[in-house]
Amino acid sequence: MNNYDIVIVGGGGAGLTAAIYAARARRKTVVFEHKVTGGQIATTDIVENFPGFPQGVNGFDLAQLFAQQAVKFGAEMRYEGVTSLTARPDGGFRLETSSGEVTARAVIVTAGAEYNKLGVPGEERLTGKGVSYCATCDAAFFANQDVIVVGGGDAALDEGLFVTRYVRSVTIVHRRDQLRASAVLRERAFANPKISFIWDTVVEAIEGADAVEAALLRNVKTGETRRFPTSAVFVFIGQTPSSHLLQGLVDLDAGGHALVDLEMKTSVQGLFVAGDVRTQAARQLVSAAGDGATAAISAERYLNSLEHAQPAK
Amino acid sequence: MAEVRDTTDLTWDADVLKNELPTLVDFWAPWCGPCRMVKPIVEELSEEYAGKVNFYKMNTDDNPQVPSKFGIRSIPSLLIFKNGELAGTIVGFRPKGDLKKRIDEVLA
Repeated sequence: MNNYDIVIVGGGGAGLTAAIYAARARRKTVVFEHKVTGGQIATTDIVENFPGFPQGVNGFDLAQLFAQQAVKFGAEMRYEGVTSLTARPDGGFRLETSSGEVTARAVIVTAGAEYNKLGVPGEERLTGKGVSYCATCDAAFFANQDVIVVGGGDAALDEGLFVTRYVRSVTIVHRRDQLRASAVLRERAFANPKISFIWDTVVEAIEGADAVEAALLRNVKTGETRRFPTSAVFVFIGQTPSSHLLQGLVDLDAGGHALVDLEMKTSVQGLFVAGDVRTQAARQLVSAAGDGATAAISAERYLNSLEHAQPAK
Repeated sequence: MAEVRDTTDLTWDADVLKNELPTLVDFWAPWCGPCRMVKPIVEELSEEYAGKVNFYKMNTDDNPQVPSKFGIRSIPSLLIFKNGELAGTIVGFRPKGDLKKRIDEVLA
């Protein structure tokens, strides 16, 4: 029962797409997800850049459709964390999950990435009390208040724009003097009267007794610091790949992403990596889905090659 | 099948604070994706802990008073009460095993 052809670790855009392809190849397939179906898109209010949805689509709803499609073709979804992955000497893999052990003939790791934390005093203590990593979850609690968003990429602007629906003002604090975010989002943010920017500035501490009251800001060019009153600090300062399962098993790049070739193969036979956890990922839903399909097709080819090399026992 | 009933600002005292059993309340809102993931887990827990723990859910859009009283600024948030006192808080989506551990700690 716990022996699978293909085990997929991570139920985001890459993993769920891989599951659709693997299940359609009639491989016994399971997806392990330790948090929310859809991964990062599950908390995205509107996905506007996924082809086929000119009006945009709610990220959580889209993720549910991905999962339904995988399950419809026979993939199993298990909401458990995978704690270890080992390659067996005789081929195949052994995985430990929060509920026990499973085996796989091929593994596709699509574990994605986690949002980075600021790592400053007050952040952990005030998480859930004004420090947030999910604007769509928490923005409504700050109606008519002043908040800050930290970061300068797509996520920071996207979430910052969402927050403006509820709050009185959004101050985007960014450590550089220009934004990494895409042009469409930059234009919208600059045009939004509720959004203002503080450039070349980092958050040094978050203060407040029972809830966030202020952020301590430091200008990286002048060194000047100031206390900036705010009810909330939304943090979107990039991501770290969730590659801990792969450490010591496959080669990682300097940022901790798994090295793969164009077929999503790693240095270990039968082990594939796709989506945000792989090196040089575009970190988009559509590219993650594409990676997932590629990885599943490669896994299927790999299993086929094993079966043809060892004719029926 | 044990149902997770709604509690409101008006029924809060009777439902939760005066409840003889430890009581877990799931604070959620319709627009919150992770809240929709928590809901089926809380329903399962309500069956597994039937007779030992009471389960309620509260829509934070419709009920501003209780969430504000407990300083809730992030959902999903699960609050566990025992003898009318707050005995545990779980912020954000957590796997079922983690939730059971926290409930068991409060029951112990």
